[in-house]
Amino acid sequence: MIEVQNIAKRFGNYPALHDINLKIQEGEFIALLGPSGSGKTTLLRIIAGLEFPDTGQVFLNDEDVSDRSVGERGVGFVFQHYALFRHMTVAENVAFGLSVRKRRLRPAKAVIKARADELLRLVQLEGLGSRYPGQLSGGQRQRVALARALAIEPRLLLLDEPFGALDAKVRKDLRRWLRDLHKQMGLTSIFVTHDQEEALELADRVVVMDHGVIEQVGTPEQVYMEPASPFVSKFVGETNVLSGGLHVRPHDLEIIESGGERVLVDNVFRKCGTWRVEGTLENGGVVEIDLDASLPPPAHGETVHVSPRRSNSFSQDGVRS
Amino acid sequence: MKANRWITEGRFAQVLLISVALAFLGFFVMLPLIAVFSEALKKGIDGFVEAITNPDAVDAIKLTLLVAAISVPVNMVFGVAASWAITKFSFPGKSLLITLIDLPFSVSPVVSGLVFVLLFGAHGYLGPWLIEHDIKIIFAVPGIVLATVFITFPFVARELIPLMEEQGKDDEEAAISLGANGWQTFWHVTLPNIRWGLLYGVLLCNARAMGEFGAVSVVSGHIRGETNTMPLHVEILYNEYDFVGAFAVASLLACLALVTLFAKSVLEWRFDIHSGARH
Repeated sequence: MIEVQNIAKRFGNYPALHDINLKIQEGEFIALLGPSGSGKTTLLRIIAGLEFPDTGQVFLNDEDVSDRSVGERGVGFVFQHYALFRHMTVAENVAFGLSVRKRRLRPAKAVIKARADELLRLVQLEGLGSRYPGQLSGGQRQRVALARALAIEPRLLLLDEPFGALDAKVRKDLRRWLRDLHKQMGLTSIFVTHDQEEALELADRVVVMDHGVIEQVGTPEQVYMEPASPFVSKFVGETNVLSGGLHVRPHDLEIIESGGERVLVDNVFRKCGTWRVEGTLENGGVVEIDLDASLPPPAHGETVHVSPRRSNSFSQDGVRS
Repeated sequence: MKANRWITEGRFAQVLLISVALAFLGFFVMLPLIAVFSEALKKGIDGFVEAITNPDAVDAIKLTLLVAAISVPVNMVFGVAASWAITKFSFPGKSLLITLIDLPFSVSPVVSGLVFVLLFGAHGYLGPWLIEHDIKIIFAVPGIVLATVFITFPFVARELIPLMEEQGKDDEEAAISLGANGWQTFWHVTLPNIRWGLLYGVLLCNARAMGEFGAVSVVSGHIRGETNTMPLHVEILYNEYDFVGAFAVASLLACLALVTLFAKSVLEWRFDIHSGARH
């Protein structure tokens, strides 16, 4: 179990984190989700021991590791830009963590090599051990970085924007692959992302952050369906804010004969299996509606009446009501 | 035709610029270089060999090599340490340190030499104490080494700081997270990442260490066979109208420059290959 208690951190005058508390169970796959500047990477680096908080403690398996360095915490860290050692072969990169151990803890050369080969097989890069990182694609490099982090048998795997530098197709494949790998290994993992789709798809639980504060912790289902604050509602998935402060997802709006809200249709286009209707509310607000693509869509310039099937509302101070 | 005219004019400008550049290089670089070697060989190979095997010339060559052999490693260590500190940590006074590293570039070498005379000379701040303890710095080898170290310390750091800044801290953090200690991280990760830049800096540092005249001239005292480096020896011989001797020793320095240039282009070529593979 990992526990973070009352963590606060400032960079000069800039407060990066305020009083963060978080508990993570053994084997969980956690996403730290938030916009840039939300403090998610700082929190990840504090858990790793690459950064130290001004106040608060970090516990790994009930052990206070707050004063330990990253090397002593036994965590695997995967960097956004891979940080592979470019003058070493792929196999040497993977073996690095084992070959720098103190002599009495260091496995024999043959054992290290066997372990590196085994890890390369795990990340499906068998036979590429003698290549250099410069000769690999982005997705392959990311998998080498992962194998390298796993080589030290970490009790916790931390990934900083693991798919951030990859193009869309590779990203999707690697995402699915990583989820399967996590299922297979059951290693407690935390990853940072600003992509809500990625968080919802991969994580067992999502930690939504903004301005150095945790806004909500919950399963993807909870975070999407029952957002705890207006920020979560807007950041996770798409949201329309109707009159009266009602938050409604585009697919939760339907067109009715009369009553409801009047919407002037500005634009209609096909968005995969639905019609996406962009319109203007009477109060000038913008609204997006997803409609069944098998039915004829409203025309441009037409005024339609819409009503929410389902909505979330929040009190004045942002608490869900 | 309009387009055609434009191209012709372009061609004309191209030829003009290239000729100007070549003429300039020919006049300021090739001509002096040829002059040095032709003067050195004016009395034939025998005269040349005799000039550079003259005991005073041999002593000057030895002293120059000794000074370079001390100051280059010292500056290599200092340069790596300073660039490491500046690029991998943030601390108060960092920008002041960066400015101070550039100081020898902006101060006249003669002034740098005088500073050491002022510090260690017989009438300097530490002079009486040094005389009391019978330590000779000014007009002796230690003074020459000090002045050379001072003049050449920016070379390595100037080369490494931008390089290390660009590379960031990720590689080092990755190594440490994998359990490497500070030394292992430096030896297995940082040093290989900066090796070509470091070599380049050392090369420039060495060229300057062997060729420095101004600062060394002030602190040396020009004692033949004792405190004369090659550049100082060249000047003495020239002032004594021993042109063959002067140009023979000068030609050795010119050879050093040519070797440095050659090694520099080889390194730049390796650099390119290396950074090409990186992206």
